[in-house]
Amino acid sequence: MSNSSKTLFDKVWDSHVVRQIADGPDVFFIDRHFIHEVTSPVAFLGLEERGISVLFPEKTFATADHNTPTINQHLPVEDPLSANQLLQLEKNTAKYGISHWGLGNPKNGIVHVVGPENGITLPGMTIVCGDSHTSTHGAFGAIAFGIGTSEVEMVLSSQCIMQPKPKKMRINVNGVLGKGVTPKDVALYIISKLSTSGATGYFVEYAGDVFRNMSMEGRMTVCNLSIEMGARGGMIAPDQTTFDYIEGRDLAPKGADWDRQLAYWKTLFTEEGAEFDQEINFAASDIEPMITYGTNPGMGMGISKLIPKATDLDGGVSSYEKSLEYMGFSEEDSMIGKKVDYVFIGSCTNGRIEDFRAFASIVKGRKKAEHVTAWVVPGSHVVEAQIHEEGIYDILTEAGFALRQPGCSACLAMNDDKIPAGKYAVSTSNRNFEGRQGPGSRTLLASPLVAAAAAITGVVTDPRTFL
Amino acid sequence: MAYDSFSILKSSAVPMPIENVDTDQIIPARFLKATERKGFGDNLFRDWRYDKNDQPKADFVLNNPTYSGKILVGGKNFGSGSSREHAAWAIYDYGFRCVVSSFFADIFRGNAINVGILPVQVSPEFLHQIFEAIEKDPKAELVVNLEEQKISIVATGASESFDINGYKKHNLLNGFDDIDYLQAMKDEIKTFSVNR
Repeated sequence: MSNSSKTLFDKVWDSHVVRQIADGPDVFFIDRHFIHEVTSPVAFLGLEERGISVLFPEKTFATADHNTPTINQHLPVEDPLSANQLLQLEKNTAKYGISHWGLGNPKNGIVHVVGPENGITLPGMTIVCGDSHTSTHGAFGAIAFGIGTSEVEMVLSSQCIMQPKPKKMRINVNGVLGKGVTPKDVALYIISKLSTSGATGYFVEYAGDVFRNMSMEGRMTVCNLSIEMGARGGMIAPDQTTFDYIEGRDLAPKGADWDRQLAYWKTLFTEEGAEFDQEINFAASDIEPMITYGTNPGMGMGISKLIPKATDLDGGVSSYEKSLEYMGFSEEDSMIGKKVDYVFIGSCTNGRIEDFRAFASIVKGRKKAEHVTAWVVPGSHVVEAQIHEEGIYDILTEAGFALRQPGCSACLAMNDDKIPAGKYAVSTSNRNFEGRQGPGSRTLLASPLVAAAAAITGVVTDPRTFL
Repeated sequence: MAYDSFSILKSSAVPMPIENVDTDQIIPARFLKATERKGFGDNLFRDWRYDKNDQPKADFVLNNPTYSGKILVGGKNFGSGSSREHAAWAIYDYGFRCVVSSFFADIFRGNAINVGILPVQVSPEFLHQIFEAIEKDPKAELVVNLEEQKISIVATGASESFDINGYKKHNLLNGFDDIDYLQAMKDEIKTFSVNR
């Protein structure tokens, strides 16, 4: 009986296969393609070299985000290489008739923030972008994943890519989350249990009470981080929370079209008895606010715990020791009380309105620690406007925080927002790799609440003491 | 972009027995600003290879003249992190044509094949044997035979087979790529798009 039951993933994947190649990948149709300035120029160059064009320009959406400055966006971009990438994006999109939300456009922002907030991302879709955090869009019950530039060229020229169908994993988290435990903590907890390669080869469905009760912003944070455990992507079945979020957004379906699509979206769930290649269960009550101590997102722990000993872990001892040496930490150190130099709140992981609400809930009525440099970077102009409308801007300003302009910023430090060598940054972003936030930078990944507590105290602090 | 075909590669190898080598190490984000696919090899492993004054770090393997070759041998979970194809371009541009590891991150594996680098996944035991052979003799040669899907250590005669799907193998052997294939089925794709 179970053999005919389909998973959410199967339903969406199977309906997008144009052709199955024997002993090869599926030719996989893409509904929505996002592009940005960094991973698209070589793809456009490839089109020109081959003398081919863009097949469905209306299915591709461009925004500038990776290398854009987060101050003085009205001025010309100083770095000539970044300026050239932005110019190429503008030229390439104009040439082929692709929608482009460049710097200064009120719709501009981080690609994985602006897609959903404008109603471009919809349930049941296949979505790709030359960026691994495209997994974010899985929060809507879409199959969304990052691709390389050769594949960007494939999507531009044929609206398809070649993909073998991944295996299926379901991660269930049931129960009720404790005080101060956010979606970011849930994701960092799962990654710490599975490691950065624990879901490689799989596409994940997140299920259970915790995700059912989560807002769309929270689901996006969780799906965003799927890639950090090696999964190509993660998805959550759409429900009323999803439909309520989408309804009325600029590019979302309207009227009869809405009714028709809504009826389809309601069929997107995993049927009883459908099989997964792997199923993993966690209890919400085991999760506390998380922080990372090493140089990959799997090296995370509950904020009250001690850094594990290399010999207690599965991986290689020398790689682990190299990582702790880079961070300047030792086995069995507590993270609580470690000095923090920088705090970064933003990115496609935690750059949405809910994240700034959480940050503000702790900094309200308090002052930023004097020695801490804080970068508060909204994910889009829409988020920036919400920050003003909801009075969060005033709370931030009174506490000594300045609000910057939207972009990827210090998450990958392609612009000037670089953490200096040797300095410690508590970041709400997604990667703590060596040098990720600037050469020699040391990143502690955490939730907006942990970031706020660190910004106020100047040291790693359990946010629950403020709640 | 079509690339050189790949059949049999016999070469010494560069050992990098580090786990979770992520694409930010392979090429840091600040070197992703080119608009052409050129010169990325210069910045391959930039921050492991050069100090902050841009001087080569003597203890990094790419700066050690003892090791050379067209095969890079990495630790478990090679290529994790960002989808930047620039990582594969940098490895190719530097002169590698094959990367061997006991485990690859998905996106990197796909990008590598798409630019003409063969990712060869071996067992942890065989990976260990390769590192041992190179430790014994830095010029120890490996033979990677794509047609037979076999990798061997010349000095010891040890060998292991590796997986690759028939479609990708055919492409690599002939220097074909996916874009050629997709262009040839554009009508089928257009029909599909109307019906769904």
